[in-house]
Amino acid sequence: MMNAYKMELENVSKTYLGTDGNPVNALGPIHMQIPNHRFISIVGPSGCGKSTLFNIISGLVETSDGAIYVGGNRVDGLTGITGYMLQKDLLLPWRTILDNVILGLEIEGIPKKEAKAKALPLLYKYGLKGFEHHYPAQLSGGMRQRAALLRTIMYDREIILLDEPFGALDAQTRAMMQEWLLDLWDDFQKTILFVTHDMEEAIYLSDEVYIMTSRPGTIKRHLMIDLPRPRKPQIITSPQFIELKEEALRTLSEETMRAYQQESAG
Amino acid sequence: MSHEAEAVSSRGGGISAGIKTPRPKSNWLKHEMAVPKPWAVNVGRFALFIIMLLLWEIGARSGLINSFFWSQPVEIARTWWIGVQTGAVWQDTLYTFRSTVIGFVLGTLGGTLLGLSFWWSKYYARISEPFIIMFEAMPKLALAPIIVLVFGIGIGSKIAMGFAITVVITTLTTYNGVRSVDKDLVRMVYSLGASRMQVFRKVIVPTAIPAMISALRINIGLALTGAIVGEYIGSERGLGRMIFYAGQTYEISLIWANIFNLSILSMLLYVLIGKLESLLLKGFMHQK
Repeated sequence: MMNAYKMELENVSKTYLGTDGNPVNALGPIHMQIPNHRFISIVGPSGCGKSTLFNIISGLVETSDGAIYVGGNRVDGLTGITGYMLQKDLLLPWRTILDNVILGLEIEGIPKKEAKAKALPLLYKYGLKGFEHHYPAQLSGGMRQRAALLRTIMYDREIILLDEPFGALDAQTRAMMQEWLLDLWDDFQKTILFVTHDMEEAIYLSDEVYIMTSRPGTIKRHLMIDLPRPRKPQIITSPQFIELKEEALRTLSEETMRAYQQESAG
Repeated sequence: MSHEAEAVSSRGGGISAGIKTPRPKSNWLKHEMAVPKPWAVNVGRFALFIIMLLLWEIGARSGLINSFFWSQPVEIARTWWIGVQTGAVWQDTLYTFRSTVIGFVLGTLGGTLLGLSFWWSKYYARISEPFIIMFEAMPKLALAPIIVLVFGIGIGSKIAMGFAITVVITTLTTYNGVRSVDKDLVRMVYSLGASRMQVFRKVIVPTAIPAMISALRINIGLALTGAIVGEYIGSERGLGRMIFYAGQTYEISLIWANIFNLSILSMLLYVLIGKLESLLLKGFMHQK
């Protein structure tokens, strides 16, 4: 069976038993159809379950209902299908940058030497030349995120999940990292799912933006971003961009308000 | 007043003059930032040691200190020298050294393996927990008579003492190290498709290593205490046995001579552990 989509989420949701013994719906149901090689952002109010969604997609958490298909095969509950990166760089502090970057290959059983030979050109090309034998503690936050992202890229999965990867970086570093991420995406032709709080970042980077409702998070809005590529940073001042951003923010603020009211009421 | 005058005059001197003229120093610079010279520290330490010995000797000779209980440095040195000549000093020190080191190595390795093993099964860890804590709370030295009965008066019982006294604390330290692991780190490695064994080898063991290294220094002292107490209860050789024997026969100089040997031995052990520690820290943690 040929699939039009790279990945499909069908009715994915998360329910757990609350303290009073009743089931609590934390997420979903969520339906998503993700075409190949797309850059897709997910934005939503805090606590809406974006991270839970990523944990389900990456196989670290079981979905309570529904299924996930990649290339027509059911994959929910399986790890190793996607590359996953979090806001924390999660580099192993006792390994050098080079040894950190090859971790995924090492786990797959590829000999260290071979893995290193594969990784070194990437480190050189993507701004970590001269740091390959440093330890994470010796690097700045931006550099560490680069290494973490390269580790995810080296792990060579077609779908990559990025959970607020630049959330902890300062504005300048973040802008630099966005350019860098777009370069990587271009070079490696991955399908990227990107969670962020920053609507501007979402629109600037993505082909499609999903806006989620407050908890239990479902898809409220699916925006197509047909800004031409390659995009220049100046594009954020163009009328088309501003129009998209205004619309997206209006949708989001409705949900943020609702989340706030829910919290105050509860 | 004079300080202020000095400060004013030195400020007027310009840059080149400022280096040579004595400049005023704040109390912060004078007391908190001052680093004593290493040679001066060593000289001071040696002098203090000599002064203490001298006071002891003078006190004993003048009758201020009862030399029946406290002996006196010259007597102790004479007794010690006899021991050196007969070779007893070396034999006893080596005996205690050997039982301490073997007990230390077995206890540390055993505790490390036990502590790491708890990661594999929460069920097994939860069941074992109260027993481990109970055994940790109990003074292990109280076991000495039984251990000597079971393992005999040879080196086996001293090793068993060293083992018993170090194994539990190492288990707890290692297990705490294992539990302090960053859950996200574990999650990340699983997300790369790792097996449990891979997570264990690549994340859990390295995380626990600093805790294990910090246990070394405590363990060597504990193992030595265990060995000495084992020797008190019953032994053919060893510094502890000599101290106990000398105490029963009122040979106070012999007690002190062996305590001297014991302190040399414990210093040596601490130096060795310090070397091992920095080697391990460099090897695993990339610290200087």
